[in-house]
Amino acid sequence: MAEQDPEKEKRKIKSVKKMKDIMTNYYIEAKTAEQSGKKVAWITSGGPVEPLIAMDVIPVYPENHGAMIGASKMGIDLCQKAEAMGYSSDLCSYARSDISCATVNGGPIGGLPKPDMLICGNNICGTVLKWYEVQARYFNVPLFILDTPFCHTQFTKEARQYVHRQIEEYIIFLENACGKKMDHDRMKEVGRLSVQGQRLWQAVLDTAVNRPAPLSAFDAFFHLALIVTLRGTKQAVDYYEGLLAEMKQRVADGIGAVENEKYRLLWDNLPVWYRTKWLSDKFAAADACLVADTYTSAWCGTLKYIDENNFIESMAEAYSRIYLNIGIDEMARIVIQMIDKYSADGLVIHSNRSCKPYSFGQLDIQRIVREKRGVPSLMIEADMVDERFFSESQIATRIDAFMEVVKERKSCTP
Amino acid sequence: MYTVGIDIGSITTKAAALQHGKLVGTNLVFTGYNSAAAGKRVFTELLQNIGINETADIKIVATGYGRSSLDFADKAVTEITCHAAGAYFLNDKIRFIIDIGGQDSKAILLDDRGKVKNFIMNDKCAAGTGRFLEVMARALEINLDDFGALSLLAQNPAQISSLCTVFAESEVISLISKGVARENIIAGIHESIGSRIAALAARAGLTTPLMVTGGVAKNVGLIQALEKALGLKAEVSEYAQLTGAIGAAVLAGNL
Repeated sequence: MAEQDPEKEKRKIKSVKKMKDIMTNYYIEAKTAEQSGKKVAWITSGGPVEPLIAMDVIPVYPENHGAMIGASKMGIDLCQKAEAMGYSSDLCSYARSDISCATVNGGPIGGLPKPDMLICGNNICGTVLKWYEVQARYFNVPLFILDTPFCHTQFTKEARQYVHRQIEEYIIFLENACGKKMDHDRMKEVGRLSVQGQRLWQAVLDTAVNRPAPLSAFDAFFHLALIVTLRGTKQAVDYYEGLLAEMKQRVADGIGAVENEKYRLLWDNLPVWYRTKWLSDKFAAADACLVADTYTSAWCGTLKYIDENNFIESMAEAYSRIYLNIGIDEMARIVIQMIDKYSADGLVIHSNRSCKPYSFGQLDIQRIVREKRGVPSLMIEADMVDERFFSESQIATRIDAFMEVVKERKSCTP
Repeated sequence: MYTVGIDIGSITTKAAALQHGKLVGTNLVFTGYNSAAAGKRVFTELLQNIGINETADIKIVATGYGRSSLDFADKAVTEITCHAAGAYFLNDKIRFIIDIGGQDSKAILLDDRGKVKNFIMNDKCAAGTGRFLEVMARALEINLDDFGALSLLAQNPAQISSLCTVFAESEVISLISKGVARENIIAGIHESIGSRIAALAARAGLTTPLMVTGGVAKNVGLIQALEKALGLKAEVSEYAQLTGAIGAAVLAGNL
């Protein structure tokens, strides 16, 4: 056996194995749902999952699957298959890979389990509407759409009523699809667990305010899976309690995600799933740690709107006011708050060809950050799953030049 | 002590030598397929030109796309930082640089000390770069060096709208077949590049005094089109193509 580098071993996050086991079991359970008699719902990443948990429906996330396809470098093949089916290469690569994967049962886990219903929230983008309609036709299953009005700066009374009415319809939809009534006591419990999980996830991310940061955004991209897929379960709460304890211990022991953290950066947009290691190594080689990101924090970003004792009532606002459904000024305000909170020396923006609502407005955010904080920023043009949109040497030069600017600036400020 | 900067670009490889902060020699060769060999050759020739020997006390900084391929360099620094240092060396009043190279165009905002404050590079597409002009020169069967002077004769610049090099080439070919005068086509090409780069500059926070660097700066027609698109006058140094190498030599002085 090759000798292990003790320095590297020390830096490894031990909870990773547990997370892998949980996710493996989760997918096994979902893929064998037919035998256990449980129903499966496909749901968008920003969709209201808690009622599904309360109804004992297994939620499955095509977007989480898309991330796995990207990370396994299977994106080009599946995207090309979708293009052969007639979908434009300008369409989101999660949508393309999911649509083609359903027809060939491809990808790293041989496709997702067949859905009994589809739940689509357009709080994250408009693409999901057509994407889920396509899948509803393909699988011939009912589709529920939760339409959340765009919240430029505020959430009006009318918007609250409009979304809340749909949440009520959603519950009726689930009761019809499952052939049973919702247990409202159970729903309350799921709501409390969801809030608890989100608070723990925020606490985990908050440990990165320490120097050195015990985890990087690249770690957060991985550990995010449970707050997305199993939000509202005891399992997610238990896992994040363990992860938080590990992070606190790392802080106490002075163990950082990056060996020699000198520069702290903030990441914007989805990860480049097929290049997370390359990017992580590239930044680490420049003694830079991506200490926080706008992406993973989105799954606990609306905690302030949730009333844990009245979860169903407060869902409307919490699901409407997520990061991708608010105005550019609001987004810039959040970015600046994060720069301050995590003491970031720079901002790294992924202009993601796939994700239009996330990437649109980034130039304005970049300008606002420059004006308000004078923090240097870098824009990387790529795609989250489709590797054809990543050019290594150009991105390497941009990162090198950006790090030269960050270092120069830091060397001049006391 | 001598300091040398070697800038290995996608088309040409440049070298500059400084002695006690004064420019004492420059050299330029084509990069070809072996960037390390081009870097070695440009360096050896430069030393011959200025009459010093390789064993002398020389500090070397490499830059450009091939910056990591030079094993005899003391340090690799990106062309963004080097162009900033080079432009500041040539004129310390400069606060904004537009560098148009073989496969990259860059807009660089400088602070009062000549350090990079912000920079933006063109997106993944090579439209608006030296390579784009080479393709157009080939389609028009004109020597690229004659592009600038010819375009100044244009009466009515043609419209080239495609951003893609390949599609723009076919646009040019169709203009040729329609009998549009070469000078008008060339002026149209320059205007299309000028407006594209003006947008890039605006994103980086365009300010003055402005210097245009890189090999493409030798093209007077393009400079004129760019100035028109920017609504500003640009300074072009006789060392425009060598700015990155000069900056690398300046930075080698800090080693």
